Amino acid sequence: MYDFELVRPTNLQEAIEALQAEDAQALGGGQTLLPTMKARLAMADRLVALSGIAEIKGICTDDNGRICIGGGTTHAAVQSGCAETFPALASLAGRIGDPAVRNRGTIGGSLANNDPSACYPAAALACNATIVTQNREIPADEYFLGMFTTALEEGEIVTEVKFPVPQAAHYEKFIQPASRFPLVAVFVARYADGVRVAVTGASSDGVFRWGEAEAALSADFSEDAARGLTAPDAGGMISDLHGDGAYRAHLVKVMCARAVKACL
Amino acid sequence: MPKDTGIGASPKRREDVRFLTGKGRYTDDINLMGQAHVVFLRSDVAHGRITSIDTSAAEAMEGVIRVFTGKDFAEVGGIPCGWQITSIDGSVMQEPKHPVLADGKVRHVGDPIAAVVAETRDQAKDACEAIEVDIESLPAVIDMKAAVKPDAPKVHDDLTSNLCYDWGFVQENKDAVDRAISEAAHVTTLELVNNRLIANPMEPRVAVGDYTSHDDHSTLYTTSQNPHVIRLLMGAFVLGIPEHKLRVVAPDVGGGFGTKIFHYAEEAFCTFAAKALERPVKWTSSRSEAFMSDAHGRDHVTKIELALDAEHNFTALRTETYANMGAYLSTFAPSVPTWLHGTLMAGNYKTPLIYVNVKAVFTNTVPVDAYRGAGRPEATFQLERVVDKAARELGVDPVELRRKNFITEFPYATPVAVEYDTGDYNATMDKLLELIDRDGFPARRAESEARGKLRGLGINSYIEACGIAPSHLVGQLGARAGLYESATVRVNATGGLVVMTGSHSHGQGHETSFPQVVADMIGIPEDQIEIVHGDTANTPMGMGTYGSRSLAVGGSAIYRATEKIIAKAKKIAAHLMEASDQDIELKDGRFTVAGTDKSVAWGDVTLAAYVPHNYPLEEIEPGLEETAFYDPNNFTYPSGAYACEVEVDPETGKVEVLAFAAADDFGNVVNPMIVEGQVHGGLAQGIGQALLENCAYDADGQLLSASYMDYAMPRAHDFPMFTVDSSCQTPCTHNPLGVKGCGEAGAIGSPPSVVNAVIDALASGGHEVGHIDMPLTPPRVWHAMHGGTPNQGAAQPAAHSEETTHDRSVAGAATNV
Repeated sequence: MYDFELVRPTNLQEAIEALQAEDAQALGGGQTLLPTMKARLAMADRLVALSGIAEIKGICTDDNGRICIGGGTTHAAVQSGCAETFPALASLAGRIGDPAVRNRGTIGGSLANNDPSACYPAAALACNATIVTQNREIPADEYFLGMFTTALEEGEIVTEVKFPVPQAAHYEKFIQPASRFPLVAVFVARYADGVRVAVTGASSDGVFRWGEAEAALSADFSEDAARGLTAPDAGGMISDLHGDGAYRAHLVKVMCARAVKACL
Repeated sequence: MPKDTGIGASPKRREDVRFLTGKGRYTDDINLMGQAHVVFLRSDVAHGRITSIDTSAAEAMEGVIRVFTGKDFAEVGGIPCGWQITSIDGSVMQEPKHPVLADGKVRHVGDPIAAVVAETRDQAKDACEAIEVDIESLPAVIDMKAAVKPDAPKVHDDLTSNLCYDWGFVQENKDAVDRAISEAAHVTTLELVNNRLIANPMEPRVAVGDYTSHDDHSTLYTTSQNPHVIRLLMGAFVLGIPEHKLRVVAPDVGGGFGTKIFHYAEEAFCTFAAKALERPVKWTSSRSEAFMSDAHGRDHVTKIELALDAEHNFTALRTETYANMGAYLSTFAPSVPTWLHGTLMAGNYKTPLIYVNVKAVFTNTVPVDAYRGAGRPEATFQLERVVDKAARELGVDPVELRRKNFITEFPYATPVAVEYDTGDYNATMDKLLELIDRDGFPARRAESEARGKLRGLGINSYIEACGIAPSHLVGQLGARAGLYESATVRVNATGGLVVMTGSHSHGQGHETSFPQVVADMIGIPEDQIEIVHGDTANTPMGMGTYGSRSLAVGGSAIYRATEKIIAKAKKIAAHLMEASDQDIELKDGRFTVAGTDKSVAWGDVTLAAYVPHNYPLEEIEPGLEETAFYDPNNFTYPSGAYACEVEVDPETGKVEVLAFAAADDFGNVVNPMIVEGQVHGGLAQGIGQALLENCAYDADGQLLSASYMDYAMPRAHDFPMFTVDSSCQTPCTHNPLGVKGCGEAGAIGSPPSVVNAVIDALASGGHEVGHIDMPLTPPRVWHAMHGGTPNQGAAQPAAHSEETTHDRSVAGAATNV
């Protein structure tokens, strides 16, 4: 790890100001950034830790019934805090990493990093959650711009994520055996106006919506409808040590069908 | 009633108290006054010529003491190899120099180029990044079969080719084997890969070198399974330090699994630099370094052919194996695919004709050497897979086919140069079928099918040769060392004992089980006995711990030394009781005179030995301390039968292990709890190899599985609770304890059970798949189910395919396609 300055602001405004410095980097739970820095694969002159900012932690429900989760909320807190109100999201949070990871990692950190194999992006995209920063509100449909790339600008902090709660939802995950990240995982969310299906782990462009599945399931929300789909094109899928593109494409279909089954 | 003390009891492991309470003292816990730290600059290309190294910027950095490069080691020897193999044509193997720091060329990713010694580790790291190295990249040799083609780039320019040796065994049998195969009623052929593994002990390697100028003594603290061997190899062959000026200490070691047997460049570097700088120098491997510098394991590509007659008797066996040596010869690398592999090809069967050909190949990969089982897992895997495949092709029960060919009379001389002393393969098979409830399997399979899953049961036998080994035999086989073991038993005046053993303990529980042997012989409590190991300064010359040899060889040395102690103590007791020492009996810590009520306690005799006021000084010396060296006159041959029950998810190809049973014959068992734990650990590594672990390189020689993000380690929740039994016991006939060794069996016997089970599961779903290469990851299984695996072997009667479908076992692709 290279030397860096650690700043620990206690409110959002201090954090925003601290991030104005050149080569400053926000630090959420540090579950990706710190191992990367330890391996000397990343460096920053200044780390701005967000963990001391109470105003970006916690879970509530807004006037529109949306579940609003502070960007600094840990996976463990989401697991326990959403168990009644949004069990599919609580279940997703409870299956990320291990207890140590879940008690450090945050939803804002995960969404800002947008790892192509992360869990939260699938939920955010499937629910068209609103990603809130100090400057604006970004719909998930406009937020994920490819592997490790988002609509966030320099210095922008994910302060809150607002999820419209689906009528039914499930996150089906098939793990990569070494990292235990998703090899492929699918989040299916059913709303009154249609079904949304988001896929993580599979595509070299990161999380994506599977349009054919959404159309078929919006017309007929059944396991048979999911099983009747043709697997997505293997062309854009990740092909690596743990599975080639054809296998990942096949898994997308299988995980989708299993998610639908679990919703019913 | 289970015993509560001595041989056969299961006292809890005394060493665990310090390990579990954080009081273990590992090499990294050793910090010496004035200690400096070294960080190695390692090659990030697989093969290249070093055209220049500029260390000037690094040397000017804060805290840097000195930067070393290959030229600093011009007067120093290379890292030696401890075993020499002779090829079919009578030539000795090609043995390249293995410099401490790269000299002219880098030959694998991770090859050390330079070393920075600095006041702190971070300063050394920073300075490493400031070293400017120009490397002219050369084509990497990764594929073993491509490596031995005439026009292949050479890993070592001064060798004639990348072929280390071409070994035939038993060469005199070759023609008869070829004839038997060509005349056989049925020949089952299988081509397979034994996947490359990385041992991944929990504790990474560490070395601390120290030098004292006042007495010209060097000391190396290191994470080793055999400190005496390191002292000999490093002192005599690399640095030229006589053994009386060199001390090697291996304190608590957090797992070895073979990869800590070998002498490594970092050990020689720290010892050398400590003397050059007159400061202690410490190196602690990062986990990333461990992946690219610890010797890897396995990595064989094999074609095996099994010939059977019309009655299904095995008539001949022929194998051709390419064995990856990596870029340099690690300490025992040449012996693994030859004497630890070829000699085991008879397995549990009375196959009369066997021929084994092994081509050892240099590639631009990390050196490959012994890993838990070392050669015997490779032998067992191919044999037990081909037997299973033969049963499937012939439509016969795989257990009955095995039983038909089992060796049943002992001693049995195999056609591959070893003699099994004892065994009862039917007994362990009977026990296994009971443990796994084979009769209930059809009902369990039906239950799985009702849930849309495919259930399979895989069964196999295994035999291994351990208790390594008779020195005269291994000497004939090319070993450059003896393989005896030693013990000094020191009895103190007040009756307590210290046993100094050459066997090193790094997880095996020696500190608990060795006292059980001595306590049993004398009849005193185990807490009267202390075990000392791991320091060349206070233990007799020992060859170390590997090859499941500690109890069979080291324990036998302790037994012999204790016998000498008892013999002398009886003479003292006889004097004290005014009797003949022929009439003295020792039981429960008391000496008695047979047929009388006279007795003296153990402590009375030990006190007399050190306070010899009333003592036969004219006949025996005072004191009570004896040393024994034990050299076995044969290997030991643990054997058994293993079964794995799996469920395959046909939609994803995911394999779940539902049950695993092991019926082992380890001969006599000293501590059943420790034995069970050893089998559990071995099974975890064997099943891990079969389902999860895979060391993969790409075609350019980049290590793809270079961290735990990509190298899948097994975890407790990947397995069911194992059913382990060692009640079938045919004691070893040639060591005094009758023990055979248990450390490697789990890793040797389990991979074929898993693969046999998956093939069985797929067959039940209509997927006739000949073979799937390990690890059986979900995509590999899924592709195999959908016809995507070409590696199913050519299984025509009496067929012989010249071409193998696999070039190498280090494959980047996730499937075999």
